[in-house]
Amino acid sequence: MAKITYIEHDGTEHVIDVKNGLTVMEGAVKNNVPGIDADCGGACACATCHVYVDEAWRGKTGEKSAMEESMLDFAENVEDNSRLSCQIKVSDALDGLVVRMPESQH
Amino acid sequence: MSDPAAHVVILGAGHAGGTAAALLRQYGHAGPITLVGDEPIAPYQRPPLSKAWLKGEADADSLALKPVEFYAEHDIDFRPSTTALSLNRGAKTVALSDGSQLSYDVLILATGARAIALPIAGADLDGVMFLRTAADAEHLKATVGPGKKLAVVGGGYIGLEVAASGRALGADVVVLEREDRLLARVACEALSSFFKTYHERHAVSFELGATVTAFEGKDGHVTGVTLADGRTIACDAAVVGVGAAPNDEIARDSGLEVARGVVVDIEARTSDPAIFAIGDVAHRPMPIYGRMFRMESVPNALEGAKQAASAIVGRPPPPGETPWQWSDQYDLKLQIAGYAFDVDEILVRGDPATAKFAVFHLKGDLVQSVEAINSPPEFMMGKQLIGGRKPVDKARLADPSISMKEVAA
Repeated sequence: MAKITYIEHDGTEHVIDVKNGLTVMEGAVKNNVPGIDADCGGACACATCHVYVDEAWRGKTGEKSAMEESMLDFAENVEDNSRLSCQIKVSDALDGLVVRMPESQH
Repeated sequence: MSDPAAHVVILGAGHAGGTAAALLRQYGHAGPITLVGDEPIAPYQRPPLSKAWLKGEADADSLALKPVEFYAEHDIDFRPSTTALSLNRGAKTVALSDGSQLSYDVLILATGARAIALPIAGADLDGVMFLRTAADAEHLKATVGPGKKLAVVGGGYIGLEVAASGRALGADVVVLEREDRLLARVACEALSSFFKTYHERHAVSFELGATVTAFEGKDGHVTGVTLADGRTIACDAAVVGVGAAPNDEIARDSGLEVARGVVVDIEARTSDPAIFAIGDVAHRPMPIYGRMFRMESVPNALEGAKQAASAIVGRPPPPGETPWQWSDQYDLKLQIAGYAFDVDEILVRGDPATAKFAVFHLKGDLVQSVEAINSPPEFMMGKQLIGGRKPVDKARLADPSISMKEVAA
């Protein structure tokens, strides 16, 4: 279980307990947190679950796969700490994770 | 226009209906919401049924759109195992299969589509299946496995995904297709032959130009598929994937305008202003092509849900969309953007032999659609070119040494 703070673009915070094994995307979608669309349901096919990972957590959220890198390359407002949240698996090590959302997922 | 106390009744608890209910709450709708579905379980994602789920890589929890307690927590009256029998638009009521009647202020038809059955002998044998619902997928998973023979009737995307998953489960797989190539209705020849070769390399066999005339059985269970040329292909199970038809009967019976689905406008509103139609059942406008059609895809279900929920709560409509869809087979990721309407040229970028290439469908110098195999840049940039209606230099597009960003610049 990890407590994850999702911060919408307008600053609204959602603190959610997410089960191990789910993805950061699933933690948001299943709890109706707005701002993460995840149109493809986690297939790494759409780049609509884009988040910015808080600097302190970048080391713990793992490396991007070539597919994720490639999808992100064409998303909007991409930064160094951009990730597709469907590609980050939740574990105890991510307890306290903070992610922020871009202005739009398109 | 919007009434915050309106009772919204949603008929159909698939991806479209379930998403519409959740979005209405997310957008702040305060009135009652009733979600009626004919399946016994809460809304779930169908795409994994022919992919990760069939291979045991996803469980029921991960399939669910929302946790089961979500509906009660958000005051959504979810009614499983319930079908709508008829619609009285004058009285604004719906008659349900449990004998009750629901009054609505706003109705959303999200009744989806059903798999088309083959009207041939033996189609009702045990082991002749569709893959539409979680129950279908359970049934299939319990039937196929190492040493079993699986016949797939229909060489479309569902059929090919089932074939790939069947191989992953260790079954012998044969695909029977009526046309002389795979994906005949939905993809160009380059893609058809690529998929055929790729599946053959994974030991799937094909019978093209093969019309299935009957299923044979013993003790009520399928044992083979008979073809028009007289041959019988032995099998332990058969999956029929030959298309789907919209569940538009109650709309039609109630006098709503219906074409190849329930006709709606850009807000997903039907010819009755109190009724919306979304997802597979909707026949809807697609402005970038200047025409109306019916689509079967998750992005289409989500878009309809956004349009209807936005209109109901009086929020601005979602930004214009570019339709897209995806398919996973083996280690292949296929991403498709747009539809190949009015195409006068097909251009292949990259080499199919490398399993990394994209097929662009052009009308003049406009990209109408792109089919990208293991090629996210071509998909992402292609989608933007389609949505932006931006002309491209075809010679540059055909040259994979020029990046997609430069091509689109």
